[in-house]
Amino acid sequence: MEKFILPDIPNLHNIDVYEQHGGYQALRKALQMKPDEVIDEVKKSGLRGRGGACFPTGLKWSFMPKGNDKAKYLCVNGDESEPGTFKDRQIFEFNPHVMIEGIIIGCYAMGIPTAYIYIRGEYRKWIKMVDQALADAYAKGYIGENILGSGFSTNVYTHSGAGAYICGEESALMNSIEGERGYPRVKPPFPAQKGVFGMPTTINNVETMSNVPLIINKGAEWYSKIGVAKHPGPILVGISGHVNKPGVYEVPTGVTLLTLINEYAGGVPNGKKIKAVIPGGSSTMILRGENLEGICMDADSLKAAGSSVGTAGLMVMDEDTDLVRVLSRISHFYHHESCGQCTPCREGTGWLEKMLHRFEHYEARTEDIDMLENVANHIEGNTICALGDAAAWPVQSFVRRFRDEFEKRVKQENTVAA
Amino acid sequence: MLTQENLKKVEALYKKYPNKKAALLPVLWIAQEQEGWISEEMMRYIGDLLEVPHAHVLGVVTFYTMYKSKPHGKYHIEVCTNVSCMLRGSDKIRDVVEKHCGAKFGETSADKKFSVSEVECMGACGGAPMIAIGEEYYENLTAEKTEQLLSSLK
Repeated sequence: MEKFILPDIPNLHNIDVYEQHGGYQALRKALQMKPDEVIDEVKKSGLRGRGGACFPTGLKWSFMPKGNDKAKYLCVNGDESEPGTFKDRQIFEFNPHVMIEGIIIGCYAMGIPTAYIYIRGEYRKWIKMVDQALADAYAKGYIGENILGSGFSTNVYTHSGAGAYICGEESALMNSIEGERGYPRVKPPFPAQKGVFGMPTTINNVETMSNVPLIINKGAEWYSKIGVAKHPGPILVGISGHVNKPGVYEVPTGVTLLTLINEYAGGVPNGKKIKAVIPGGSSTMILRGENLEGICMDADSLKAAGSSVGTAGLMVMDEDTDLVRVLSRISHFYHHESCGQCTPCREGTGWLEKMLHRFEHYEARTEDIDMLENVANHIEGNTICALGDAAAWPVQSFVRRFRDEFEKRVKQENTVAA
Repeated sequence: MLTQENLKKVEALYKKYPNKKAALLPVLWIAQEQEGWISEEMMRYIGDLLEVPHAHVLGVVTFYTMYKSKPHGKYHIEVCTNVSCMLRGSDKIRDVVEKHCGAKFGETSADKKFSVSEVECMGACGGAPMIAIGEEYYENLTAEKTEQLLSSLK
């Protein structure tokens, strides 16, 4: 398939090269349209958010109050901290202008005068790349006052995080922009009513915004025919773990996981079997290797298979993988990253980590297997934000789908000293 | 506390946000780049500068893992041990780093040359295993490559 988000064009980060390949034509076109027409086009395209929740982007945009009479904000989520996810970094490095163009179009559609691109602090080098791209876009009149003589003005800034997974949660991200700790907020109020600085706000993922110029250029109808109908468009899939060619691959939605692993990523090293895959970043439910036939990288297919598309960060594990250790590492992560506001998450993630440590070291008891699931079930749905769920889902799915791996780690009674 | 040049950067930051408090994270970055870490004195100074209470500044500094509230070694070696790196051999990388630097995770070497940390996923899973040194990412590492890299740091 032709690639649109990360095409193979050298030096595309350079604004002149980007323009030579049709860059900023979508912005010109959008500025000729009425803002509502732009929102309708994005709605009709079927674009769904690429940050994990798959929420329809045009619908989200339509929640914003109309008019330019008060401050409104767009926050673009480039926190990218979900283990197994490394796609937005590719956009920052190789095609930052497609994201910037999408942001300006989004600001025009929603009448937003200020946008922040929130980028994780570890990406300091890439923040500088985006800052350079923004400076180039300002110099060409694509951002700032009276963009291309349209009378529309908007500013776009980067905002650096400083090491906190939770800031990828949209309300924590807004607090982080406000100079606060990254604590998620209780909803409602929803961001479109009361977001960053108390003003109406839309939050979209970096990759989501990077799809917008394509929709405006080629039209919603054309875009909606890429991939599967209910979750269309190109999608960036990050493949890591036990594959010969790990990396980010741009594909239409709906490509099978086995095609991604065997054809795009070159298969599993040494011809080993796939024991398991985590399809969409560490918080999505694990799938058994022998059950992958027919499962595709799109929202509905993965939901039907008992997982989710998440951030399309596909982690592949071969037959020799110690899954107990993998889950132990995942639980260590969520314990470390819990912000500490909600008791079930703050305490529960700690218990999960401790219990999994016991399994890892053959110290567990048989009843601990059910207790793991029990603790996870008591975190799920009982917290302000989805980090609690994200910590629970891996535990539930590992235990349910690979119970034998945990049974093997129970301490043998006959080895206890008399 | 902040240099005149950095104070100018702070002034420029105020234009990005509707209030001074929102400049806290970027101002802490500026302070850390200037001093290598953020002392309590610096936190108080920044609190006064941005008109936010000291307790708030302290809360933010300690919430975010990248702000350093104590001095670090000349080189900060960060080793990712999360799943994608673990699957591709970050255990070996960890061993090489800890041995070469003479410091375990969370420690600084006696000669203050190296600080070594375990970090969560850095978004470089396609190049696993990886380490970061300062702003630079080093990907697709082997034990040998890691040893060479660390030996090249003077």
